[in-house]
Amino acid sequence: MIRCALLLILSITTTAFGAVTVGSKSFNESVILGEIAAQSIRANRIEASHRRQLGGTRVLFDALLRGDIDVYPEYTGTIEQEILNGQPLASFASRGISMTRPLGFNNTYAIGVRTDLAQRLGLKTISDLRKYPELTFGFTNEFMDRKDGWPALRGAYHLPQANVTGLDHDLAYRALASGSIDVTDLYSTDAEIAYYKLVILDDDLHHFPRYDAVYLFRSDLNPIAVAAIKRLEGTISQAQMIQMNAQAKLQRVPEAQVASNFLATLGIRTIPLRETNAQQILQRTREHLFLVGVSLLAAIFAGIPLGIIAYVLPRIGQLILIVIAAIYTIPSLALLVFMIPLLGIGAWPAIVALFLYSLLPIVRNTHEGLREIPASLRESARALGLTPIAQLSQIELPLALGPILAGIKTSAVINVGTATLGALIGAGGYGQPILTGIRLDNVALILQGAVPAALMALAAQGLFDLLERLVMPRGLRLQPEHL
Amino acid sequence: MLRCIDVFKHYHDIDALRGVTLDIAPGRTTVLIGPSGCGKSTLIRMMIGLIQPDQGRVLFADVPITPANVLALRRRMGYVIQEGGLFPHLTARANVTLMARHLRWNRQAIQQRITELADLVQLPLAMLDHFPAELSGGQRQRVSLMRALMLDPDVLLLDEPLGALDPMIRFDLQNDLRRIFQRLRKTVVLVTHDIGEAAFFGDMIVLMRDGRIVQQGSLEELLHHPADAFVDRFITAQRSPLESLEPT
Repeated sequence: MIRCALLLILSITTTAFGAVTVGSKSFNESVILGEIAAQSIRANRIEASHRRQLGGTRVLFDALLRGDIDVYPEYTGTIEQEILNGQPLASFASRGISMTRPLGFNNTYAIGVRTDLAQRLGLKTISDLRKYPELTFGFTNEFMDRKDGWPALRGAYHLPQANVTGLDHDLAYRALASGSIDVTDLYSTDAEIAYYKLVILDDDLHHFPRYDAVYLFRSDLNPIAVAAIKRLEGTISQAQMIQMNAQAKLQRVPEAQVASNFLATLGIRTIPLRETNAQQILQRTREHLFLVGVSLLAAIFAGIPLGIIAYVLPRIGQLILIVIAAIYTIPSLALLVFMIPLLGIGAWPAIVALFLYSLLPIVRNTHEGLREIPASLRESARALGLTPIAQLSQIELPLALGPILAGIKTSAVINVGTATLGALIGAGGYGQPILTGIRLDNVALILQGAVPAALMALAAQGLFDLLERLVMPRGLRLQPEHL
Repeated sequence: MLRCIDVFKHYHDIDALRGVTLDIAPGRTTVLIGPSGCGKSTLIRMMIGLIQPDQGRVLFADVPITPANVLALRRRMGYVIQEGGLFPHLTARANVTLMARHLRWNRQAIQQRITELADLVQLPLAMLDHFPAELSGGQRQRVSLMRALMLDPDVLLLDEPLGALDPMIRFDLQNDLRRIFQRLRKTVVLVTHDIGEAAFFGDMIVLMRDGRIVQQGSLEELLHHPADAFVDRFITAQRSPLESLEPT
């Protein structure tokens, strides 16, 4: 009886709340934490999907506010500096956002040394470095420049070392392993810490801000799902997180499997969802075609009339051309992010951004193509007594067909390439494997997105070349020796 | 048929026409002639309503040409320009029949008219399936003339129609054109800068300079009673060198 009642309540709550969407940022740890949340929610018989690697903080937090996602992993330091920006944490409540307690590890800037060196010199804390001024420091360029980076660290700990160089993050690990530098900055849960057998020195003066991992979630989230992610509070140690990052990045274990393995240690049984490569590529192709197809078609249907208006009404035309050129100068990534507050995440904001991006070549070529028609032909059409509409439809547009088609072709090729960025706001497509590949430093995965994208661009080009042959009147293709 | 009454036209800093009054006699050929920049092209384009006068009026069959009636009036005029102005994306036939199709003539009427016109301008019918780029300069002008005559207009306006042709083709086409004009008995206005051509075609020659008409009349009148020294010079300057070789 009680069980029946419980089941009833359960089914009511699940139907009332619907499926849960978990988001994650485009780096390994965030994706693993997103996967852990999604799987533990699923373990409670609530449908949950994971929209992985959606851009950065701004994208995720806006999506959470809009309700496009319900949960995502975040860090206390980021919340303080990038999201709250001086506002009190209590302001979350009024915006319908809640936060779990820390999951257990702190992923902040850290100072690392090789284990053998640390043992030999007895290095345990950053303060210990003061005793060895002869050590060579190699910091990432970003850390050298940041306010809270090397200059502040040196001041706080009175570090005497003079031998300090800036270098690339990946190079820093190799330099450390080969012994050409002794000390570097890193993130305290980097996969490489385990791989290169590094030791993190304790920040004994608490110089670096804390970046405790937490989940942010919507306050209206299904209580069962809330319980499921709260269950994860305090369960992930620094060593475990490093281990999981290493598995995903260095051993190329799928994140879903990494998450599932971790949840098993907590006694939570999950089955990671997996797709075959072929299914994935097919799915990505479908998504990419959808993004490109819809946005390009819309750009053609809007662009050609805009180009005609620009030609017929030169004054308004100037304005149209300026506005469209201005849109074009917005970096594509920024344009995508601008769309989020208006349209959320997913395919539609990406389609709108791609549409705006594709307009310029079409509008400009239509306008130019019409303007470049020789005056003698334009006058001949008028002198015949054709109505303005007939002049446009029977003479001017056919004569401008070449430039118009060329504009559409340019738009299509740009569109196919730019659409890969759509993955950053959850639009899917070929950008998805590219992002994953960059994140996991996996060239094969990058190629899984880049090669089909290049092929699709070539196919678009070929298609429009063919179309040009089919629709261009033969008279225009003949090289007039003199007309 | 066509009347210009005290028309003025000003472009940027050029006065193209400075008070021109001209009556085009019906059923005859009037030639507008003068040095380049004299306003002859501006005047003929004003007659078909491509240009509006800043001042003065242009009347077609006693009706002032206005934006409201210009479309209808243009369909009663045929217009041929230098190098034809044929639309390169249409075949010769489609160029010729464009307006008739626009006005929804029936196929038979169109076909009949095409056959008549091809015969008139002496163009083999097979040529009509070619695109302008596939035709010679002379053939293009013949097609252009067919297009201008398709709706059987009252007036034929030709702006340097033979200007871009080489001498032999030009000679043939001159003869054909004159024969056509004589046969059709239409009102024709022709612009040229060549006095020989003017004399060959013109019942009436209108000599222009700097946006004004200097003198109008037959070649005889211009030759023997020049209105001023310019008329005399203009005609003498173009006298054929062959004439000086003729035995006196």
